[in-house]
Parts: sequence; structure tokens; C-alpha cells
Amino acid sequence: MSRVVRIAANTFREAVRDRVLYNLIAFALLLSGAAILVGQISVGIERLVVVNLGLTAVSLFGVVIAIFIGIGLVSKEMEKRTLYTVLSRPVRRWEFIVGKFLGLTGTLFVNTFFMAIGVFAALLYVSHKFQSSDAWILVALFFIVLQFLILCALALLFSSFSSPLLSAVFAFSLFVIGSFAEDLRGFARMSRGLAQGLATTAAYLVPNFSALNVIGQVAHEQPISAHLIAYNTAYALAYSAMAICGAVLIFERRNLK
Amino acid sequence: MVAIETINLEKTYAVGFWRKKPRVALRPLNLTVEEGEVFGFLGPNGAGKTTTLKLLMGLVIPTGGTARILGKNIDEAEIKAQIGFLPEQPYFYDYLTAKELLEYYAQLSGVEPKERTRKIEAMLERVGLKDAARVQLRKFSKGMLQRVGLAQAILHDPKVIFLDEPMSGLDPMGRREVRDLIEELKQQGKTVFFSTHILSDAEALCDRVAVIHQGELRGVGHVAELTSSVAGKVELIWNGSAVPDGFSALGAECHMSGETIRAVVPEVQQEAALEILRRERLRLNSLTPVRSSLEEYYVQKVSLAAKPAGAAR
Repeated sequence: MSRVVRIAANTFREAVRDRVLYNLIAFALLLSGAAILVGQISVGIERLVVVNLGLTAVSLFGVVIAIFIGIGLVSKEMEKRTLYTVLSRPVRRWEFIVGKFLGLTGTLFVNTFFMAIGVFAALLYVSHKFQSSDAWILVALFFIVLQFLILCALALLFSSFSSPLLSAVFAFSLFVIGSFAEDLRGFARMSRGLAQGLATTAAYLVPNFSALNVIGQVAHEQPISAHLIAYNTAYALAYSAMAICGAVLIFERRNLK
Repeated sequence: MVAIETINLEKTYAVGFWRKKPRVALRPLNLTVEEGEVFGFLGPNGAGKTTTLKLLMGLVIPTGGTARILGKNIDEAEIKAQIGFLPEQPYFYDYLTAKELLEYYAQLSGVEPKERTRKIEAMLERVGLKDAARVQLRKFSKGMLQRVGLAQAILHDPKVIFLDEPMSGLDPMGRREVRDLIEELKQQGKTVFFSTHILSDAEALCDRVAVIHQGELRGVGHVAELTSSVAGKVELIWNGSAVPDGFSALGAECHMSGETIRAVVPEVQQEAALEILRRERLRLNSLTPVRSSLEEYYVQKVSLAAKPAGAAR
């Protein structure tokens, strides 16, 4: 287990040294600019706009990092042959994959943590005080982190067998399709025959990112049910675990040429 | 005790768009390296040296056969704590400093925390990188990277060390240092298995060598045995104005320098060459056997490939 932690820590260090966390500066500029602007032009909906904008930005920044770092986690190591001196030690291939996954999700967690502070700071700036319904923002942020878990696992899965470019295309396509998973399920229910079978299979195969998106609800101060929190948590963990298992199975059989 | 053993170890890649075309990278390889030996693995580029090393490191999955290191199957991750590996033209995490990199590898190799710092500092000193310990690897020259590579390969005090072209990219001083290091490892009783195509290094360092070409083992043995198996030659030196007729028919390589003629002929043609000199009434200055070098053995084994398959046997 300690080897997994070492690999995760090194992955985190790589992200930090490659200045991945610099995106926080762009995020801070975006959010502070938006908060000042919203404070001046909107009346009564400042909170709604800041929560919407802030959480969407947290999600988008994280998605970009998850995809663009995730797709290179294995392929970059193979291409640069840094993997040779790692796997020639008492490190099992699954430990490498899991370590890489934990390192990237750790990076995203830290990133999201600082962004969350930014969102709450902007909220305080426009609302001048916090209210009890703001706690739901934490749930929305938790769901965003769950989205990152799934995306990291998928990016890693694709990275274990295809080129970075194709992996990016696959991961981003799945993110877009998954964001409309509820619509796809609705379409499947309305279809008939073969189309229904195909649509149902696709709807349940793609990650359901739409269920993990509660930004609109929390912006309108609507509560999130405990059932949904439990269901989404279990779903994201199970989906990520399956994707990681897939990545391990593929990677175990790969020749490092 | 046997340090490295390969039993019918082979690798065939499936290539082409449909991955149906086989490309043999290594034909069934049976090789044994004893503990404490320095073993040279020789062959031209693309011969299968790196493939063999990758198979032994578990980086490539064999198509057939198996291999054992220190009596344990290479699939067992634990055995890798006893192995050090330097890949060809190594590349490391360039965002790390030399010290951080060695620390990371020491952690992965299971070096005890209390010993880690001492070992890393000693190793950096040993490979001449003490002053560059806190410099990021992206600022390192090729030679410095090779030194870091050597340091990471022996940091955890492994029993068996695999070096893939360890002298590649090094200047003469660097090569000398690597040679000294290999000698030192041998004195410590380590087993060193290294691939190279620099034959003088292999000849100077190795107890035994193997020659591989086109994925096939062409010969293996002690350097002295192998070189003595090459057909001998003799060198004749005499004074004269021209090379007598008949020498070229003996397969002689002749060189003239002023009045002195030097000819190297196969040992079996020695009597015929002397007879020509006697007939021409030329006075022989010297006759010396020419010691066969590893290069001649290597060239002989590798050039077999150029002949038809039947002739190669």
C-alpha cells in the first residue's frame, strides 16, 4: 500500500511542479471579476448568478484538468520510458495505476478546495452574509468531485490503451454524452424495438453526469435529498472502480515497447 | 548458484493494421548466468538485446518460455527488490531533483527510512553528482542523466544488476568511470548483466559473453574460449620490393611500407606462404601468431546471418 501512496504523492508533485494549480489564478480572476460585475448590474439575483457561475467554473476547470492530465498519466510515462525504472522495482502494475489515479484525484481535490473557498468568498462579497441554504453548495461541490473521480478513472482507462489524442476525444465525448444521460434514458423509454435496446444500453453504459449536476438546484436554494447523495456517492465510486479495474486489466497485458 | 536463467524465453510481436503479421523479436533463448559473473550481452542494433532485458524486467510479456532470477520466477514482484536496472538512454522525471528522484526510487524499492538519506548521499557522491543533488533533472546533460541512471540502479544494493548500453552517450572519462563501477560491483560479488555493442568494453570487463543477432543466440562462453574458436592467423614480415605472386590466392592481407612488407595469412596457409618466400629467395624478418579478438568472433557470428539459412549452420 505504501508504494501506491508514493506513486500518488509523486503524481501530485508532478502536477504542482508542472504548474497545474496555476489555473487557480485564472479562476480567482474570473470569479472576482464576475462578483464585482454582478454586484453592480443585477438586483436580487446576485447569489443565484454567483453560485451558478462559480460552481460551473469549478466543474469546467476540473474537467479540463482531469481529462488533460488523466490522458497522459500512463501514455506519457510509456512514451518517455520513465515507467521502466518504476516497474523494474517491486511495484505491481495495479499499484502504479491506482497510485496514478489517487494522485490525480488528490490534485483535483486540492484544486476544488481552493476554488470552493473562492466561491464562498465571492458569495460573501455579493450577499454580505451566509445563509443556511448555502450548505447545499457543499453538496454540489461534493458531486463535482464525484464527477472528477469518474472522469479521472475514464481518462486513465483510455490512456492505458490508446494515444493521448484519442483518449482526450473519448473522455470528452463521454463527458458530454454523460451530461445528457437523463435525456438519453428518456429517449430510450420512448423508443421501440432495436432502437430502444441500443439506447437503453448506451444510456446505462455512459456515466450519468447529469445526476451529479445539482448546480441549478442549489443556486435556487433547493435542498438535495439524502437518498440522492447516497445513491450518487455509491454510483460514482462503483463506476470509477470499474473503470480502474478495466485500466488495470488492460495495463497488465500491455507490452512496454 | 544461478543468478539468471532463461528457459526457452521468446517474444513475437503481432504487427500490421490487423495485428496478424508476426515479427519475431526473440527466438527461444536458453541462457544461464552464474552469481558473481559479469556477463556481456552483445549484438548489433535491433538484435534483441533490449527485448531480452525488458522480458527479464517484466516490462514485456513473453510469448513463450520463462525466466528465473536468483531462483525465483520473474513474475514475482518481490524478487525485483534484488534487481537493479538501467534502461538504454534513460529518461527520468525531469521535474524532480537528483536527490528527490533517488528518494522516490529508494521508497519504491523498500529501502529502510533510516538508511535512505545516508545511502542517497553516498550514491550521489559515488557517481559524482553531489554538487548537483538539488538541481532539477531537466537541467542535466546526457552524461549526468546516465550517472543518475546508474545511481538509481544500484542504490538499493541489489544482487543482480542489468545495464542496457551503460556506456552509451558517455565521454571517454565517463566510460572509464562506468567500467570502474562495474569492476567494483564484481568485486562486491554482484552479478552484472550488461548489453553493449562496444566490444572492447565487453572484452575488458566480462567473464562470459553471449552474441545475439536477429533475435537468435549465436554463441555464448568465456571470452578466451570464444576468441580461440576463431580460425587463427599469422603475421609475416619481410623485406622486398613487391608482394610475390601467389599471396593473394592464400587470402592474405598485405601492406607495404617502404621496403617492408607485412602479410597476415590464415594459420593453415602458413606453410604455403613460407614456401613462396623461400622460392622467391626473400628473407623473413618475423613470423608471429595473431591473437583473435572478440571482434573477430563477433563479426563471424553476426555475418552468418548474411549467408543462406542452410549455410549458417
